[in-house]
Amino acid sequence: MRPLTEEETRALFEKLAKYIGENIQLLVDRPDGSYCFRLHKDRVYYVSERILKVATSIPGDKLVALGTCFGKFTKTQKFRLHVTALDYLAPYAKYKVWVKPGAEQSFLYGNHVLKSGLGRITENTAQYQGVVVYSMADVPLGFGVTAKSTQDCRKVDPMAIVVFHQADVGEYVRHEETLT
Amino acid sequence: MAALCLEELLARAEQREAEPHRSVAVQKELELEFDLGNLLALDRNPPPSVPRAQRESRLRSLARDNTQLLVAQLWGLPAGRAEGATGPLVAQLPEPSYRLPREKPLPRPRPPTRWEQFARLKGIRRRKRTSLVWDEAAKQWRRRWGYERAGGDPARDWLIEVPAGADPHEDQFAKRLRDKREKVARNEFNRLRNIARGALPGRGLHPTGHQSRAELGRATQVARVSTASLGRFQPRLPKEPAAPPPRGGKKRHFQPLLGDLAAERSRQLELLRGLGSKKPPLDLTRAVNKQLREEDAQAAAGKGKKRGQRGKRGRQRPGGGKGPAGGKGKKGGAPRRRQQQRPAGRKRS
Repeated sequence: MRPLTEEETRALFEKLAKYIGENIQLLVDRPDGSYCFRLHKDRVYYVSERILKVATSIPGDKLVALGTCFGKFTKTQKFRLHVTALDYLAPYAKYKVWVKPGAEQSFLYGNHVLKSGLGRITENTAQYQGVVVYSMADVPLGFGVTAKSTQDCRKVDPMAIVVFHQADVGEYVRHEETLT
Repeated sequence: MAALCLEELLARAEQREAEPHRSVAVQKELELEFDLGNLLALDRNPPPSVPRAQRESRLRSLARDNTQLLVAQLWGLPAGRAEGATGPLVAQLPEPSYRLPREKPLPRPRPPTRWEQFARLKGIRRRKRTSLVWDEAAKQWRRRWGYERAGGDPARDWLIEVPAGADPHEDQFAKRLRDKREKVARNEFNRLRNIARGALPGRGLHPTGHQSRAELGRATQVARVSTASLGRFQPRLPKEPAAPPPRGGKKRHFQPLLGDLAAERSRQLELLRGLGSKKPPLDLTRAVNKQLREEDAQAAAGKGKKRGQRGKRGRQRPGGGKGPAGGKGKKGGAPRRRQQQRPAGRKRS
């Protein structure tokens, strides 16, 4: 376990900024306590200082996880967000997509969101913008990347993909063994 | 005194007035030769003999006069305006007639081949042979070598006599083919050897003729570590700096796990500020989207108006049927139109 280097921090923040923009500041500088990012086995964890201090007493090879896993660094040093980061992305998300009740299950099974399943979308969303996907009851279901801008969404046919799937809460069941 | 001053002033003024005329018109004993294509003027007049002190100024004035003549010639050329009518005046130069000397040195003569050296040593002269010879069998003049050569092409013989003393089972056709190939290969080898002999010594070895100081330094650094022990036991050169060159990469160094969390936070906030400032001030896709949205809104507004008009016409017909009553019908029409437009506007918003 170690703090992130400068490049790693930059990669993490650039990825997070796609979803929550400048709201990363609120994650870094929290009024309710001291939180930080730590790297453990190529995974980035968002940990409070209290838990971090407790975790230092555990040997590195025995430590499975601590805090909240935000994602992992690939072997080529790119950062991948995991669905476990959803709890922190959802409240600060700048761009949101609401999915109709009929299309909820399809999205939770790992499929892209089609135009027919699109309930609402934040105005002014650009193409390839990171978005958080909500159900119509405002329950965060996962996140993805828009395939079309809000403008284009109005024109495309119902079977066109509107949001590319990236992660959804169904992974808690499907990928139970790899999520930490 | 005053009169003398006045005369002097007048003389000076006259001189000043005469000067420009003299400078434009230049007198020469021998006319200059011009080559306007090269912007060249040749002055064949003998140079003036003047004392050393005035030589520089006389040469300057001579150069100025000749330039004046050249420029006067240029003004006589056909001219036009560049870039349409507004551009600068451009003269059309004739083709250059004076042959300028060659820019590059003459190519070096090809070094003699090994055979040429040998032939010179032995005094062997090249004999000129005609290319055509009389072919007795075909009764016509044929080439000495090559296609349709005189006496038939030996490579196309359908029968070869086995030479005396040769192995009777040897394939003479294959042998001839092999010999030919060997001859071609040997000739090629000799050709390449002659080229290699002709090349300057050392030219093939050093791609850069003159190595700079930095290049030499790099070469010595590479040579130093190119031993079995990676240069560990390599003695230093007399003037080589004593400091060993750095080897390998920098060691990774991480911040402590539980160091100064506040400093880490401020570092990350600083990084975030940098990330924010990198964003371009104009988001092109957003701007385009905005434009599209405005166009959509305009189109929707136009459509709504059209629909309103159509609806009005449709609804006016019963009103028109009812309305020969005149003033009353007209009065009824205007408020109705307003009513029709209002719902359309509400729909738009």
